[in-house]
Amino acid sequence: MSQATRKPVLAVGPFHPLQEEMEFFQLTVDGEIVTDIDVRISYNHRGIEKLSETLQFDQVPFLVSRICGICSASHPLAYVQAVEEIAGVTPPERALYVRTIINELERIHSHLLWVGLAGHFIGYDTVFMWAWKYREPVLDLLEEITGNRNNYGNVKVGGCREDIPDELKPKIVKELDVIEKKTEMLTKAVLDDPIIHARLKGVGVLTKEDGVKFAVTGPTARGSGIDIDVRHDDPYAAYADLDWSVISQPEGDVFAKAVVRLLETIEAARIARQAVQKLPKGPVAVEVKEIPPGEGCGHAEAPRGETFHYVRSDGGNRPVRHKVRAPSYVNVPSFKASCIGEHIADVTITLAAVDPCYSCTERIAVVDSHNKILHDYDELLRLSRAKTAQLKKEIGAPEMKLEDF
Amino acid sequence: MKQEELDNRLSEIEGELLSVERTEDNRIFLPCESEKAYAVCKFLFEELQLRFVISTGVDAEHCFEVLHHFTNDESGCIVTVKAMIRDREAPELESIAPLIPGAEWIEREMHDILGINFKNHPNLRRLILSDDWPEGVYPLRKDVKV
Repeated sequence: MSQATRKPVLAVGPFHPLQEEMEFFQLTVDGEIVTDIDVRISYNHRGIEKLSETLQFDQVPFLVSRICGICSASHPLAYVQAVEEIAGVTPPERALYVRTIINELERIHSHLLWVGLAGHFIGYDTVFMWAWKYREPVLDLLEEITGNRNNYGNVKVGGCREDIPDELKPKIVKELDVIEKKTEMLTKAVLDDPIIHARLKGVGVLTKEDGVKFAVTGPTARGSGIDIDVRHDDPYAAYADLDWSVISQPEGDVFAKAVVRLLETIEAARIARQAVQKLPKGPVAVEVKEIPPGEGCGHAEAPRGETFHYVRSDGGNRPVRHKVRAPSYVNVPSFKASCIGEHIADVTITLAAVDPCYSCTERIAVVDSHNKILHDYDELLRLSRAKTAQLKKEIGAPEMKLEDF
Repeated sequence: MKQEELDNRLSEIEGELLSVERTEDNRIFLPCESEKAYAVCKFLFEELQLRFVISTGVDAEHCFEVLHHFTNDESGCIVTVKAMIRDREAPELESIAPLIPGAEWIEREMHDILGINFKNHPNLRRLILSDDWPEGVYPLRKDVKV
């Protein structure tokens, strides 16, 4: 697309400094059908990889936990695993369990956040309210364990910064029981709803072949029948000691991705509960004096997919190179495969289905070949909801009310 | 594929490589000259069907390095192709994006921040740097200080 077409679009783009991940999608349309999609990123590039080279090895986890407020356990974990690989350090067993618990709590709150937003996009605001209500106690638990609702900063090279006090264990198990029950109820409500079936099935399909080509990860891959999960494939923390399964669905549409996330939330509650019950005694960290020269790769399964960190050391006290790859970096470009040929009304939910970030979908504008902006975000949201309303009318479903739930 | 099979298949391309370095049981680095990197990546992606993870560009002391990371998910092994680009004045490497569309962004990023030219890339416009960033300044190079 030429520079001339970008200009009017950029003038609309709401750059909101409170939101992360500034992304801007330009859709080219022929009538109602999307014929091309272009993505622009890096409006708010923070130079984390360069900054990391200026920090000492033990300062970097605090920096990388701020890459994403939601994935603020996965990034530091992938980083410390890379450094521990260079140094040949094995953290104590209790630390591995604490890491598992925190990462699964993170997955629960991230997936519930997504379920709520997905409901909002298709006009199911009750789902939005309920999912976010169940999410709240998870953040409270994380605050009790680490001191923060987000940006936990709890892992360090050689173990964990904060331990889980034994007296907190019954409370965590109790909350996990509640979350599991509520998520099961929510899953059933979503999966049994004929409107949601009609609205999301066959929409925004990413085929397995395209998934491999675009190197997608996480629920985006598992929703397309690619059953990869770092927790299972290259086990880290305590995942190899626990009983759980990888959830995948073959269809590749938005519905499949929703199913994967909902079932994964229930699975995450089970993993976290097992880890709390089996939490071994002992210290949560070993002392690490120096990092020798070398290179290491660490990866962890974040809620959105594989988070990959590459670290190189020259024997000094700072990394000479630190590469970070967040899952959205490979999931976002797959829109080229999943959005083209779709209706405009389906684009919001297709983009949201890979769970890039709330802010991403706010940066959509539709341009036609005369470079005029046809629809802004509000209009797209209205179109998406209107399609749901139309389906309800066709199926003859009653208007959804809070008391129906 | 199983780890044993992967090890066997990797020996087929030893002629293209400078060495095979194994830092852990499931971490393999394959350093090679820049001209060989495309063929090695093609072998890993198409023949062995490894999953592309990402690439890392490094400003090493005497050369640039581009590391293409792949994984064999069945055995959890990360295989990294390390392309050594000796020409520091005009660093250049064959693009793997025509082969793996998932590499398109990261090659654009390395082009932006390290100034490595990717030959045959389908769309090598800026990704990370803004449109008004000066030409010829590559922020991830070591001579650019924070």
